[in-house]
Amino acid sequence: MNTTTDTTPPARRRPWRDPRVRALTFQALALAAVVWFGWTLLDNTLTNMAERGISTGFGFLDEPAGFGILITLIPYDETMTYGRTFLVGLLNTLLVSGLGIAIATVLGFTVGIARLSSNWLIAKLALAYIEIFRNIPLLLQIFFWYFAVLQNLPSPRQSVTVGEAVFVNNRGLYLPEPIFQSGAGWVAAALAIGIAATVVLARLAKRRQDRTGRGLPVLWPGLTLIIGLPALVYALAGTPITWQLPALQGFNFRGGMAVLPELAALLTALAVYTAAFIAEIVRSGILSVDPGQVEAARALGLRPRLTLRLVVIPQAMRVIIPPLTSQYLNLTKNSSLATAIGYPDLVAVFMGTTLNQTGQAVEIVAMTMAVYLVISLSISSLMNVYNRAVALKER
Amino acid sequence: MKRLVSLLTSLGVVAALAASATVAAADNSTLATVKERGQLICGVNSGLPGFSATDADGNWAGLDVDFCRAVAAAIFDDPQKVRFVPLTAKERFTALQSGEIDVLSRNTTWTLTRDASLGVNFAGTTYYDGQGFLVKKSLGVDSARQLSGATVCVLAGTTTELNLADYFRKNGMEYNPLVLENSDQTISAFNAGRCDVLTSDQSQLNALRIKLPEPSAAKVLPEVISKEPLGPAVRQGDDQWYDIIKWTLFTLINAEELGVNSNNVADMQDADNPTIRRMLGSSGDMGEKLGLPADFGTRIIKHVGNYAEIYRRNVGADSPLELERGVNALWTDGGLMYAPPIR
Repeated sequence: MNTTTDTTPPARRRPWRDPRVRALTFQALALAAVVWFGWTLLDNTLTNMAERGISTGFGFLDEPAGFGILITLIPYDETMTYGRTFLVGLLNTLLVSGLGIAIATVLGFTVGIARLSSNWLIAKLALAYIEIFRNIPLLLQIFFWYFAVLQNLPSPRQSVTVGEAVFVNNRGLYLPEPIFQSGAGWVAAALAIGIAATVVLARLAKRRQDRTGRGLPVLWPGLTLIIGLPALVYALAGTPITWQLPALQGFNFRGGMAVLPELAALLTALAVYTAAFIAEIVRSGILSVDPGQVEAARALGLRPRLTLRLVVIPQAMRVIIPPLTSQYLNLTKNSSLATAIGYPDLVAVFMGTTLNQTGQAVEIVAMTMAVYLVISLSISSLMNVYNRAVALKER
Repeated sequence: MKRLVSLLTSLGVVAALAASATVAAADNSTLATVKERGQLICGVNSGLPGFSATDADGNWAGLDVDFCRAVAAAIFDDPQKVRFVPLTAKERFTALQSGEIDVLSRNTTWTLTRDASLGVNFAGTTYYDGQGFLVKKSLGVDSARQLSGATVCVLAGTTTELNLADYFRKNGMEYNPLVLENSDQTISAFNAGRCDVLTSDQSQLNALRIKLPEPSAAKVLPEVISKEPLGPAVRQGDDQWYDIIKWTLFTLINAEELGVNSNNVADMQDADNPTIRRMLGSSGDMGEKLGLPADFGTRIIKHVGNYAEIYRRNVGADSPLELERGVNALWTDGGLMYAPPIR
């Protein structure tokens, strides 16, 4: 058989006719343009700042700060560096955001469920709460709690007191502080064991429920383990934890733990405001569950509380989580309003005083923005992990 | 929202610096820009009686305000050709750096760090001040040394914040700083009893005390814990403009020393004293050297008065503050006000 095969390769497409090459070229060009734009921006900024005699670079972070900060979670004094003020501010931001998210979640879920209550009064109270707090600007609410409520409390010398141990005045809420002595470690260990045992118990109960349909009581044994066990060890070890009471000394209360009005006002405002939004999200989540599900649960003889816990909430969660995440992000970002009442958060301390003392606006603003970005992305990815865990799994 | 404003100004710097690459090549003389615009833009305090505050009709008045009016008078022969931009302590340098304002006249303390690393130049001192403490008389405190453990209200972004820390550390005392955004907030927190002590420059303490519902219930402690030379500042890199601001101030002080005021300035132009003639432009070309009209001195004194008049009107005997001249008297009267000769 004589077959002559055409050995010339198929005509090569010219590069500019090749869609793949073309696409790559355009992408490379676009990338180059973006990089060039960014570089020009940076280079121009640096050149102009140098021309005008404005210091640049991050060397200032190692210089001593020389100013005081009202609330510090880590040891800090005036001799420490500007870098340290960044950490102090960051931790204060995380403190108010973390506490705010926890309180707003509990409050929001409670109000959201109350909003759907069959009790007329409870439902209307929840409605009033949501409509009032959702519709007033957050900054006004912060001012309200700070200037109208907390600053009108009595002065330290006329403090409201509960049993000479807890004091409330316009300088804050003063609580007894636990002082740990030798042996306190055992109590802490007992607490850890109690919590671990409760978690194991809850897992066992869940597994048994899945297998046999019968649950195990978790609440009361759990509480006994978490509270009772450490209490027992505390008594046996000879009460190793003593309480230091706050006492009026000079201008202020000394000793004990203090919740300052700046923190209290900001936390209250953030939690109450965000909870109103969370309540609506929870309500929409619950309403999104098909009524047939509830009817089926009732038909199976589940009590209303169990229906809510085992049937409605798990299905509502997949609707609730994504918008809930953005409320958490909002709360964190809104915490920067702290500046308005002098709570030393990242924006007030670092972008406020530190920026002003060093004058390095570009570096400091960039760092602060990067921090909020990282916090937000972290919350977002954590919530995505949780979302994947609770999402409806189709089998 | 102050926070938002300061954020935007900060971002503004970045944008302005980035955008000014082309501008830098062109003629960037501040004087030319001001003339073309037809008015001076001056950064002032948003509310500090005696230094810069608005009256019931919305007109700006005060020592810092009058300084800007003097600059406008020198350039335009019209003290009204100024736009005042109220700034917080935190925003002020950013506003100046970014070119938002032409001159910063906002009770700003001249320090080495600010002069050297912020890209600004201080043109002199319009008011020699010092930091003090305001307390309620009911506290029963006579000296700042008794303040250990006190909660102190202080303004954000000021040298005051640093002096406060230095003073308490030096004397081995503890304190809790409550840092607030503007002076209205500090006085309201002080009034509500959130803090025991309000610290600021002495002149400000006197001004703020008047705002209290019961001014006589509070007093300023005798200790002065710092030097606070307050003066106008300009951007670095424009020496002509820097000179104009400096010599506007020196003209005000020299005029007081030479006895020239707004009432007699017209007659003084024909005075025999050659120094006065040079200052008022009757002889020589002093204005031209600065890029200003020859009679810039006359314009300033005619519209705004000399330093003594400005002081008396805003913070001195004719004002509610009633501050003594003290260290702000002329050097010939034992004070610190001394200006180089106009020659």
